[in-house]
Amino acid sequence: MTEELINQAKAAIKTNGNSKHTKVLQALETEDVRAYFDDALENQLVLNMGPQHPATHGVLQLVVSLDGETVVNCVPVLGYLHRGYEKIAENMTFHEYIPHTDRLDYLSPLANNVAYVLAVEKLLKIEATPRAQYIRTICCELARIASHCVWIGTMAMDVGALTVFLWAFREREKILDILDILTGVRFTTSYTRIGGLALDMSDECIARIKKFIDEFIPYLEECRELIERNKIFINRCEDVGYISKEDAIQIGLGGPNLRAAGVETDLRKDDPYLVYKELDFDVPTLTESDTLARYYVRVREFYESIKIVRQCLEKLPKGPINSPDAKQVLPDKGTVYTKMEELIHDFMIVNFGNTPVKGEAYQAIESAKGELGFYVISDGKGYPFRLKIRSPSFVNLQSLPIMVRGGMISDIVAIIGSLDPVMGEADK
Amino acid sequence: MPMLTDTIKEKLSSIQGLVFTEINNYPCIEVPKEKILEVAKKLRDECEIDQIRDVVGVDRFTKNDRFECIYNLYSHPLKIRIFLRVKLDSKNPEVESLCPVWSGANWMEREVYDMFGIIFLSHTDLRRIYMMDEYQYYPLRKDYPLMGLPGAVQLPKK
Repeated sequence: MTEELINQAKAAIKTNGNSKHTKVLQALETEDVRAYFDDALENQLVLNMGPQHPATHGVLQLVVSLDGETVVNCVPVLGYLHRGYEKIAENMTFHEYIPHTDRLDYLSPLANNVAYVLAVEKLLKIEATPRAQYIRTICCELARIASHCVWIGTMAMDVGALTVFLWAFREREKILDILDILTGVRFTTSYTRIGGLALDMSDECIARIKKFIDEFIPYLEECRELIERNKIFINRCEDVGYISKEDAIQIGLGGPNLRAAGVETDLRKDDPYLVYKELDFDVPTLTESDTLARYYVRVREFYESIKIVRQCLEKLPKGPINSPDAKQVLPDKGTVYTKMEELIHDFMIVNFGNTPVKGEAYQAIESAKGELGFYVISDGKGYPFRLKIRSPSFVNLQSLPIMVRGGMISDIVAIIGSLDPVMGEADK
Repeated sequence: MPMLTDTIKEKLSSIQGLVFTEINNYPCIEVPKEKILEVAKKLRDECEIDQIRDVVGVDRFTKNDRFECIYNLYSHPLKIRIFLRVKLDSKNPEVESLCPVWSGANWMEREVYDMFGIIFLSHTDLRRIYMMDEYQYYPLRKDYPLMGLPGAVQLPKK
């Protein structure tokens, strides 16, 4: 075949000596390659970004179609971290599943623990004691601060400011030290139990949290000074990744990203859970809906979270941390070894699981990324019949193609940083 | 809360076959599968339900009405949550896609398709979202074993 083509080309050169180069090209090209010779500037380039890319915050793959440096379209590809957590849940008791919730949004494991346990408690129709509720609220807010610390560091790093990353991680380290005292572990906490908590909050822990919230704001302001008056940071964020309010609602965007688009929505206010009804805090809302607006919404949330933790510590009531429902709540380990009744209950709950009535329950909390919800269906047995995780990162990522379209390729990095997705949660 | 469901009931009174129930204090409407698009459009246009938050697929593993789709809807102006429930049979689990009403349903329906094999009719981009494209099974169905099926994933030869 190639010999024939070359012979044809040679013959063409012989007959028409002047334009020999064009004739050779024409002879060699097939239907497929002709496009490359037509007009090189009018072709779109398809670029593969990720799954192993430092700016995609995990194993997110983006297939980007480019015209020069302008993004024409973008298709996110998910599933590289899919571990089948919904299937796993159907094969273990309610308590056994708590450690798995740590691995969903691994930047705020405490919030996941609380959300899951609240959903199961709703199904079992039990409620935690006031002290447990307050401690859980503190946990949620500490988790939010820790998660936002990682976000502010990584987002600044994505647009070129490396120092903030180190400073924010130093603050997060302090929260992890507090969690070490509170829960016994630094990272994968598994702290909550159905109807209560694993451990009570000690006085030492309270003192550490107080010290932390007093010192945090000056450190945060140091970080803000570094980037907010930095021209590079502003130029790379302002008017980048715009999404209109209508589009944001239509596509299902939630959490801080939706609040930056001018929708005042927060489950802590709209559908209060835990003790948020009794606390005084604001919901920061902006209308610009670009990367910079999403940055400012999250920065203001730091201040609100600190406010909430301070109020909780002031109001923290004394009393037991476990609800008195002996059939559903794990008894204290000390009594299990000495009392018959508790031993039986412990045996039943550990071996056969909690026994809810047939039914369904949905509980959502406002996590650092948006609405984190658990939809639990029970058929009366000791393990969930179906557990659906409504993960905020998954839904937020859906809006990425709208935001990056028409922007520059370097903006993609800033936009992903401002969306703050965690792939452990998005891929489940 | 009950007041709001009354107004929704009134708006939907022209559609036959709806059953109004409750899921743990949240209102829930059971909709026949032919009417789902009509109900969704009415909820969006007349009842200010402007966002879809989730689509839950369920495999009940019964002879009739094996599959279920539960739509989790939210209204920002009214600040209420409402659920829609559609029951589907096991032979051809098909239901009309809600993407024309709320475009956010796109990935959520892809996830349900990936995990349960429920077909969403007139969905523009019904591909698998977590599993690889060439995978032939639906992992969250009750007849799929927890440990997976041997040989289900084609690995590259050495």
